[in-house]
Amino acid sequence: MHKDQPLIFELSKPGRIGYSLPELDVPAVDVAEVIPSDYIRMEAAELPEVSELDIMRHYTALSKRNHGVDSGFYPLGSCTMKYNPKINENVARLAGFAHLHPLQPEETVQGALELMYDLQEHLKEITGMDAVTLQPAAGAHGEWTGLMMIRAYHEANGDFNRTKVIVPDTAHGTNPASATVAGFETVTVKSTEEGLVDLEDLKRVVGPDTAALMLTNPNTLGLFEENILEMAEIVHSAGGKLYYDGANLNAVLSKARPGDMGFDVVHLNLHKTFTGPHGGGGPGSGPVGVKADFIPFLPKPTVEKGENGYYFDYDRPQAIGRVKPFYGNFGINVRAYTYIRSMGPDGLKAVTEYAVLNANYMMRRLAEYYDLPYDRHCKHEFVLSGKRQKKLGVRTLDIAKRLLDFGYHPPTIYFPLIVEECMMIEPTETESKETLDAFIDAMIQIAKEAAETPEIVQEAPHTTVVKRLDETTAARKPILRYQK
Amino acid sequence: MLHRYLPMTEDDKQQMLKAIGVESIDELFSDIPESVRFKGEYRIKQAKSEPELMKELAALAAQNADLKSYTSFLGAGVYDHYIPVVVDHVISRSEFYTAYTPYQPEISQGELQAIFEFQTMICELTGMDVANSSMYDGGTALAEAALLSAAHTKKKKVLLSKAVHPEYRDVVNTYAKGPGLEVVEIPLQNGVTDLETLKKEMNDDVACVIVQYPNFFGQIEPLKEMEPIAHSGKGMLVVASNPLALGGLTPPGAFGADIVVGDAQPFGIPAQFGGPHCGYFAVKSALMRKIPGRLVGQTTDEEGRRGFVLTLQAREQHIRRDKATSNICSNQALNALAASVAMTALGKQGVKEMALMNIQKAHYAKNAFVERGFTVPFTGPFFNEFVIKVNKPVREVNQRLLEKGIIGGYDLGRDYPELENHMLVAVTELRTKEEIDMLVKELGDCHA
Repeated sequence: MHKDQPLIFELSKPGRIGYSLPELDVPAVDVAEVIPSDYIRMEAAELPEVSELDIMRHYTALSKRNHGVDSGFYPLGSCTMKYNPKINENVARLAGFAHLHPLQPEETVQGALELMYDLQEHLKEITGMDAVTLQPAAGAHGEWTGLMMIRAYHEANGDFNRTKVIVPDTAHGTNPASATVAGFETVTVKSTEEGLVDLEDLKRVVGPDTAALMLTNPNTLGLFEENILEMAEIVHSAGGKLYYDGANLNAVLSKARPGDMGFDVVHLNLHKTFTGPHGGGGPGSGPVGVKADFIPFLPKPTVEKGENGYYFDYDRPQAIGRVKPFYGNFGINVRAYTYIRSMGPDGLKAVTEYAVLNANYMMRRLAEYYDLPYDRHCKHEFVLSGKRQKKLGVRTLDIAKRLLDFGYHPPTIYFPLIVEECMMIEPTETESKETLDAFIDAMIQIAKEAAETPEIVQEAPHTTVVKRLDETTAARKPILRYQK
Repeated sequence: MLHRYLPMTEDDKQQMLKAIGVESIDELFSDIPESVRFKGEYRIKQAKSEPELMKELAALAAQNADLKSYTSFLGAGVYDHYIPVVVDHVISRSEFYTAYTPYQPEISQGELQAIFEFQTMICELTGMDVANSSMYDGGTALAEAALLSAAHTKKKKVLLSKAVHPEYRDVVNTYAKGPGLEVVEIPLQNGVTDLETLKKEMNDDVACVIVQYPNFFGQIEPLKEMEPIAHSGKGMLVVASNPLALGGLTPPGAFGADIVVGDAQPFGIPAQFGGPHCGYFAVKSALMRKIPGRLVGQTTDEEGRRGFVLTLQAREQHIRRDKATSNICSNQALNALAASVAMTALGKQGVKEMALMNIQKAHYAKNAFVERGFTVPFTGPFFNEFVIKVNKPVREVNQRLLEKGIIGGYDLGRDYPELENHMLVAVTELRTKEEIDMLVKELGDCHA
């Protein structure tokens, strides 16, 4: 029997405190004399009243009800849930990085600027691009930033009719959403039976109104778009630009660079490939790299290296503006930089090789038990279909929930949308063969259960602190905050 | 190669290649055409061992003047506040920081409950009905508020006070280009939004009025007078607020704000050179189904036990794609957790006490400047920041202060030509009387 963890508000008792502020050491003024009475808060915000031990017990209890990479295997496709190195956390907490004000004089933050500049240089080489901005806060923010630059580029050429952005039907949901926020209309291009962009369909949708094609390579099926140069030619000759969604960069480090594949603009997810932790949903960091033609449109300020040290350049008349206050998620960028410097060139190459080895190994071993819709070498991730199990009355959702009983975070499910009962598995390079084998064994057992004792799967999970939750009522009668 | 993050042995590798049915790892990359294949190694720095790298980066960090070694009076949207030490202990638990978005609620109840508590605390402080799980930061949250207002009212004009943080205004202007919104800036009058101009610009085409409370200069905007103006054309009132200030000030919700956003950085989040911080986004219940970002809701499991899930996901990009209310995917969950722990540690009493202490110390400092003969141009009520005029360029003055171990205030001439040689001074609860006196003395000496 699992016990509920009370809400922190339910643990509150008037008169308890968990803080330690210094005594007021200046002569007190009467607040009523300096703030008009309408603006003085009369009713205190109902925040908890608990002791420091209450706080630690509460959040420790909550942490035990949460699964992270450090808790166990987390093969969540397209999210690159690799190990988060601990040195990153120590470096990011150094006072000289953690406690810097963004508006301090430049001469007092030369170390921070040097790190930003050097990270940009490293990312330029890794992506094959000519310049990088660290300002976007996350992948989707980077997508929108990149699209705004593509828009500015076309407009600077007097080209105001490029209103459409093409995205494959396998694309992440953020791609079309970012296109909308940037003021574009989305056009979908179909995939072939082989799981790659259909070149004939691309030729059909591309035209003088095409602003850009957004592409993830390898795509979300884990397959390398081997016709990439042809696609680039089709889009470029129509005057459009190529946008690279870097969510899957872990698959191609040292193997292929977006800049060499014809991409004009690329974003990276530093919290995926470059081990900024995922934080339970963020913060991330989504730098954007561009080819030389796009440099004038980079958000301002940019970080530059001059004769007297590093500085911010605000004098950029063609910049799309600012996309974020200050300079990006510096704390995450520090972690990513630390990681790149821990790996070096041969380390990053090994990362991709093992990520791809692991994915192919799992794919081959599971192909006997689940449908494999695309039977070819995958890159860092692969998709399986639960079609066979569905016929037995067991859905992919059930399989995911059953995996919880084995102590695993399930794969990404029901995405990409074009695969029926989809499971998208990304093991990453930091997992050992023993871990992969144990997970494979669990998947094989679940496949057997689906055939022999389907109710065990259908009624899963059996061991978690709560069972399946009623999401319908949650959406129909939303309770979004605690009330006494 | 051997690396502490890469566990595969040569033997593992050979067994796995055999199981796959290939001779080498290279074969697995045969689908990458020769013409785009990257050959060789990246020309980047060679790897360093853990102790070597730690030493190098510690030395790099030490080149910076950090807020723990210097005495800072710099605010302008990012503040040096008391961070209860429990905060770092909680967010260092790797069950939280190595998890991702809680897509599988049965094994994510900890994160989901923590966010539900965060949503509740933000509602309490802002006086609003619904808060989401967090945004990237205050600036992008404000821009999303403008987009939401425009989408909801189907209007294209945004009235943006010039007393809103200049960098937040920049971000709003960048976002506005997407849907083609017209942003009209409302000028200042005595350090607050000019109500006369606001009235003149107000009409039925206005999607929202955006103000900051307390504003960029620390001044308390007269929300009571602004609300009827903002609502006179059926547009919305959007307020950006420092949530700590709301521990002592009447919340925007009580004045009828439709959307309240801001940055929770003052609660438990270090300055970190500007990010990551933690945007928050709170609305009236009428806007609940249009709010951007993730929302956590309470529900029950099959056995009637209380639990939490991500909810109202039909708003979001992974379901609605190009029809989503926003493209935001990740949030700042770990920083929302930090803010929650800080708000919990401070609690009902501490948040108020800390807010009032900011008011006390800032007023002591302002009075000391006045006594020393400085001009304080804005005369309205303020929170923990105020403006003084110095008789030299602020940049030069700040150079002198640095030599004394002080990081001076913000140079307002950077954004407001009419405020050249004006400094925005922030005084938080962490500044002692002695430090404040030293600032006044040093600036006074400069001034002479």
